[in-house]
Amino acid sequence: MTKVQKFFAYLILIIASLLSVFPLYYMIAGATNKSVDFMRGRMTLGTYLIENYKSLISQQNLGRAMFNSFRNALILTAISMLVCSLAGYAFEVYHDKGKDILMTVLLIAMMLPFVAIMIPLFKMFSTWHMVNNYWAFILPSISTPFLIMMFRQAARSFPTDIIEASRIDGLSELGIFFRMFVPTMKSTYGAAITVTFMNAWNNYMWPKIIFQGDNQTTMPMLVANLLGAYTVDYGMLMLGVLICTLPTAIIFFFLQKSFTNGIVGAVK
Amino acid sequence: MEEKRKKKMTLGQKHLITGWLYLLPAAILIFVFSFYPIVRAFIMSLEKGVGQRMTFTGFTNYARIFKDKIFVTTLGNTFLYLIIQVPVMLILALVFASLLNNRNLRFKGLFRTCIFLPCATSLVSYSMIFRSMFANDGFINAVLTNIGLPKILWFTNAWSARFVIIMALIWRWTGYNMVFYLAGLQNIEYSIYEAAKIDGASPTQSFFRITVPLLRPTIVMTAIMSINGTLQLFDESVNLTNGGPGRSTMTMAHYIYNTCFVSSPNFGYACAMSMSILVMVAVLSFIQMKVGDKRD
Repeated sequence: MTKVQKFFAYLILIIASLLSVFPLYYMIAGATNKSVDFMRGRMTLGTYLIENYKSLISQQNLGRAMFNSFRNALILTAISMLVCSLAGYAFEVYHDKGKDILMTVLLIAMMLPFVAIMIPLFKMFSTWHMVNNYWAFILPSISTPFLIMMFRQAARSFPTDIIEASRIDGLSELGIFFRMFVPTMKSTYGAAITVTFMNAWNNYMWPKIIFQGDNQTTMPMLVANLLGAYTVDYGMLMLGVLICTLPTAIIFFFLQKSFTNGIVGAVK
Repeated sequence: MEEKRKKKMTLGQKHLITGWLYLLPAAILIFVFSFYPIVRAFIMSLEKGVGQRMTFTGFTNYARIFKDKIFVTTLGNTFLYLIIQVPVMLILALVFASLLNNRNLRFKGLFRTCIFLPCATSLVSYSMIFRSMFANDGFINAVLTNIGLPKILWFTNAWSARFVIIMALIWRWTGYNMVFYLAGLQNIEYSIYEAAKIDGASPTQSFFRITVPLLRPTIVMTAIMSINGTLQLFDESVNLTNGGPGRSTMTMAHYIYNTCFVSSPNFGYACAMSMSILVMVAVLSFIQMKVGDKRD
């Protein structure tokens, strides 16, 4: 690379990085400033965080929304990991013609837009009297073709020798899965957990439809509710946005490495 | 009888059955919560009425779609986002990924994290951030006033409101697609680039002659994902502009939601509209796959 080329490469990357990070800094600046100062263009970190927090909890049931969001996302992620990784493993390790055909059929589900599914899904859950029940949020998202495919791809790199050897050692089939497969596939699980938790946490449309009572409000719904008033308190709004973003941001930082590694495995 | 059959089963057969048991829960869930509803959606699209009293009406819901001016508007908006945002975003992602794949540059991890960071925000959250930045008395207008330019009332003009949505979408999703390209690039031998350099290829040439062709499967995959996602845009339309001014930024999914769950619900008609999205997703994905399959 010539010096000029290098200069432009750095320039593009620096501009892209700044543009990517700025709105997030903006969010933090907003959360720590008084709405009026912030909207006048004050971009330094302020000292109004506590006041914004007080007005936020006086208007919204923040604790409840946090609890709901964590409960929904954690239960969904845990069950989803078990169900999808076991399926992906089975599709690869015990594959036969029938299972290969089924996998192709399941992949079609990836193409089905959720807007087309949501109306019958809502009717199903209302006939089962499950509107406002958090299992109505969890059940439809547990099994996704994307995750099954990701784990099937990972199982492809899992040596058959290990399976054979474990069988000779007297390990049961389920034992091989839990004792051998799960511990070696940490980065795939990391990527799968990141994707599933984030999708569950960030989901807005389905909770908006299926949760109609206040006691099931999730964090994204709470943030959207902050706009309801005639005049918007931007300091409070940005604090709500910040709190809603923190859990996914933390997960993202811890699992970033395994996320990228897991994606590398998936696109191979 | 049952006992006898079990004894006759070989170990291999036993394993195949174990396999079926392991994948059964996942398969059943997909059938119950994806395939069955989509069939129900099609049946409902042929019906009219409310609640449990739905009656068969044939294709009248579908005939209505083409005469519905609001649907045509939302269709136009969605395709505008699709045509502008998806190519710009994918090209940017590809450029960033190939720059970050260069071994002569430093701070690559830092740049990658920064560009990927927007993905940590939820769709509602970043909608709110952009809504506040582009508000009439918001940050962008404060900057414009400071450098002596007139204020722009972003959300009262159809085109500027659409522009804000497109900008926001690009901001949120470029890093996400970049990660897929970076992953794909790791599977390309770096020595190919070094060989090309020795043969006198410029970085632009290696980009178009090596990166793009070898990443084609990944590019097709990200294109299909982006098209699928854009056709179903909802959160941004609701929270960033609330579809306004008028309905000039409203997306199809937003309109379907309103038809179903706001004011007087019309499930049959909403299902017919959602079926049209299904057809669009299928057709566009099929075209993408055909284009992607083409060998030079």
